[in-house]
Amino acid sequence: MGLLFAMAILLLGAMAVLALSRPDRNVSWLGAGSVVIASVLGCVPVIQVLSGGSIEAVRVPWPVPYGEFFLVLDPLAAWFLFPTLLLSALSAIYGVGYLRVWQGRRSLGPVWFFYCVLVLGMMLVLLARNAVLFLFAWELMAVASFFLVTFEYEREAVREAGWIYFVATHLGTAFLLVFFLLTARETGSMDFTVWAEKGIQTRGLADILFLLAIVGFGTKAGFMPFHVWLPEAHPAAPSHVSALMSGVMIKTGIYGLLRSLTFLGLPPLWWGWLLIGIGLTSGVLGVLFALAQHDLKRLLAYHSVENIGIIALGIGVGLLGVSTGSPVLMVVGFGGGLLHVLNHALFKGLLFFGAGAVLQGTGTHEIDHLGGLLKRMPWTAATFLIGAVAISGLPPLNGFVSEFLIFLGAFQGGATLGAAGAVPLLALIAGLALIGGLAAACFTKAFGVVFLGEPRTEHASHTHETGWAMRLPMLLLAAGCALIGLFAPFVVGALQAVLENTTGLRREVVRVNLAAAAGPLALVVIGTVAFLLLLVALFLLRRGLLAGRRVEQGVTWGCGYVQPTARMQYTASSFVQPVTTLFRWLLGTHRRLQRPEGIMPANASLTTETPDLCHGNLYRPGFLKVNWGLSQLRRLQRGPVQLYVLYIAVTLIVLLAWKFR
Amino acid sequence: MKPESFIPLLLALMLSPLLPGVINRTKALFAGRRGPPLLQIYFDLWKLLHKGAVYSRTTTWIFRAGPMLGLAAVLTAAMLVPLGNFPALIAFPADFLLFAGLLGLMRFFTVLAALDTGSSFEGMGASREVFFSALAEPALLVALATLARQAGSYSLSTLLGQVAGGHWLHLGPVLALVMIALMIVLLAENARIPVDDPNTHLELTMIHEVMVLDHGGPDFAFIVYGAALKLWLLAALVVGMVVPATGAPGLDLALVMGGMFAVAVVVGVVESVMARLRLAMVPQLLVGAGALAAAAFLLGLK
Repeated sequence: MGLLFAMAILLLGAMAVLALSRPDRNVSWLGAGSVVIASVLGCVPVIQVLSGGSIEAVRVPWPVPYGEFFLVLDPLAAWFLFPTLLLSALSAIYGVGYLRVWQGRRSLGPVWFFYCVLVLGMMLVLLARNAVLFLFAWELMAVASFFLVTFEYEREAVREAGWIYFVATHLGTAFLLVFFLLTARETGSMDFTVWAEKGIQTRGLADILFLLAIVGFGTKAGFMPFHVWLPEAHPAAPSHVSALMSGVMIKTGIYGLLRSLTFLGLPPLWWGWLLIGIGLTSGVLGVLFALAQHDLKRLLAYHSVENIGIIALGIGVGLLGVSTGSPVLMVVGFGGGLLHVLNHALFKGLLFFGAGAVLQGTGTHEIDHLGGLLKRMPWTAATFLIGAVAISGLPPLNGFVSEFLIFLGAFQGGATLGAAGAVPLLALIAGLALIGGLAAACFTKAFGVVFLGEPRTEHASHTHETGWAMRLPMLLLAAGCALIGLFAPFVVGALQAVLENTTGLRREVVRVNLAAAAGPLALVVIGTVAFLLLLVALFLLRRGLLAGRRVEQGVTWGCGYVQPTARMQYTASSFVQPVTTLFRWLLGTHRRLQRPEGIMPANASLTTETPDLCHGNLYRPGFLKVNWGLSQLRRLQRGPVQLYVLYIAVTLIVLLAWKFR
Repeated sequence: MKPESFIPLLLALMLSPLLPGVINRTKALFAGRRGPPLLQIYFDLWKLLHKGAVYSRTTTWIFRAGPMLGLAAVLTAAMLVPLGNFPALIAFPADFLLFAGLLGLMRFFTVLAALDTGSSFEGMGASREVFFSALAEPALLVALATLARQAGSYSLSTLLGQVAGGHWLHLGPVLALVMIALMIVLLAENARIPVDDPNTHLELTMIHEVMVLDHGGPDFAFIVYGAALKLWLLAALVVGMVVPATGAPGLDLALVMGGMFAVAVVVGVVESVMARLRLAMVPQLLVGAGALAAAAFLLGLK
């Protein structure tokens, strides 16, 4: 089995990197090489299973109570494994270039060790079919990514971010533990296959389990309001790790949710409502908070929340389809959500790579300090632009395809279902349209302020294009975004196996409904081809018209003002000012304004900052209360040994009394 | 693909610059002026296509590509929109999503081209454009979802015809609400009063006009033509809802063309009788349009 082999290579690579690591030795190629080889090996069985090959399983005894080393590669796992392996390999190649500046200053062994362990952990999470093994892999993934996030542990902000991530992920795991224990008690087994066969028959228990899964897996995925760790951890981590975490690691939460839905039996209508509600909250709030940010990586982190919201909308449409017995909605909804998982991995990986290149070139990810980078970093700019168009859900790239499927489901459901199904779908249509518009606003801001115009500070004017190790992964991901857009009907056809697996519909039903969705997409592609031909025609027309005419260079028209400076340009903060003003009540943007005073004003400044809604209003006060409560317990611990002996004696007497009661 | 499905595209390509002419003439009539010739936009385009160009040293290839990408997007969108009873060249379920997406693509690159100049005026216009269109987008799609539910069909070419073909009798209020919402979207998307004033060419209150301040020559011709096409296409959506099929192609065509120019006259009248809203009020108008469309949807649930 190729995947076992791949995991063995990852393990060997991790050990070798650690053993050979020294501050003056470059182990990057060894670490990245093992990840790339493992990914290539792993992709073979994954693609086989996705194209309808037989499901593979491995069962080995494991000397842990209730544990068993039980791995199954089914289409659902394969669908998530594909982007995981792809992005792991590309991030590894990128990481070689990205970490080069640390060479000689820091031993790179540990970072590559944890990188290999993270990839291994993600693979195990997706393959594990035993609850204990799953939790073990889940923990492996969490701990490895914690150490990767805190790579620059010298910085206070990074340690703080790592701590928030560590607490958040373990709180999520606590909910999962309860989820697994309750399910195991109900079914009498630790085996996912048994759980899926038996299903949870008790209605009330299934509801509770569903909510537990939403909180537990939603914390990893980044559903609002459990998203607080994302905007902290992603900016702190090295960029190739941010790309991997945001692109695929958070999707393990979505995978977990989809997997647990297979245990929970027939969903009632309100599950679909809840997921659409969560999707809309995460999507709209995610993009609004992203708009208000002027740290490039923080902005991208909030966009992960938004895109996870879009995926949740797709799953919500699918669940409504299950509840109302509509195979169209099931296929289109789950299909759109699953395709968005792949698409988001591609464009978010690409955008984080671009942000990393900017950070490395300029030394800052403060958007308002940048500008005019397109002239100095043409490759990074062009690929970032493709990612920006894709994430805004605009044709002809991949983001449009998955959002098209989700919209298609919403329109068909909205036109055919009764009020209980149609009203949430109407909210979905309005919300997804708003999300798309605001995402376009956010990425015109990000691209426009970072790459266009004039450099705003010294940071931006002395920069350089990245090396090939970082450029190649960006080019490949940009090509992926374009190819999925151009071959949309085929890509949708590739969902066949995974949809049969997820929805449990018959092969023929899935095929017919997928074909019904692929038909419009084929015409979308025709439209795309027409668009590209028109573009070429217009290009030739313009060139022909301008040939032989006077084409001059000048300065930007400043309405007659003769001494423009780069500081007069619109900034990221001023660009979004209309939005932040309208949603002031929600965003709570802090403004610190020092007005220009006197006839010859010397100093004036304006700083805006938008802290997270939940972090400041929900979690910080909550955790402070918990902290206060726990500190009360300190009264028990006063120091004298006699007191502790008394505690022991009292405990023993109480236990004795309870035993002989 | 039937031969008559080329008619909407050809008419849009040929006649769209006429609509701004009609609007301007209507406004002139209200103001008691003679106004520019009906064919003024054609003259402008002809003149612009014969000019050279001046580019700011700040700009990059984005600035030069913006007008081409924008026009290519709106030309593709023109293949998707039917005209009255004449189906569009490309029609498929949920084709309006591609239509909205292409308009979004056009906007994306117009905005980037504006930001490419590094001018604060154009930044200002770009900022407003993305914000207002983000609010107009839900109104457009919810309106179309309402129509799709009433018509039981998901393609512009069939759903508009079916709505116009008889639903007005028993669904009058629903369709009227949708039409008002679409009309507001039309005014906002084409930067007309009450959202933007196309006449204030150098004031700070502009949205679309200020974004294209630095373009000139053939590039600006592409922009002007693209804007006229966009107005035509959104007007075609509104007209398609109203004008029923008679069965006689000649009469159909006359009715539809009458409808298109009627929309232009309405836009002209709106611009003559009211002032532009304060910018802070525009979001309320657009959210209001979305609310009207949603109300129409709920009213039509039965």
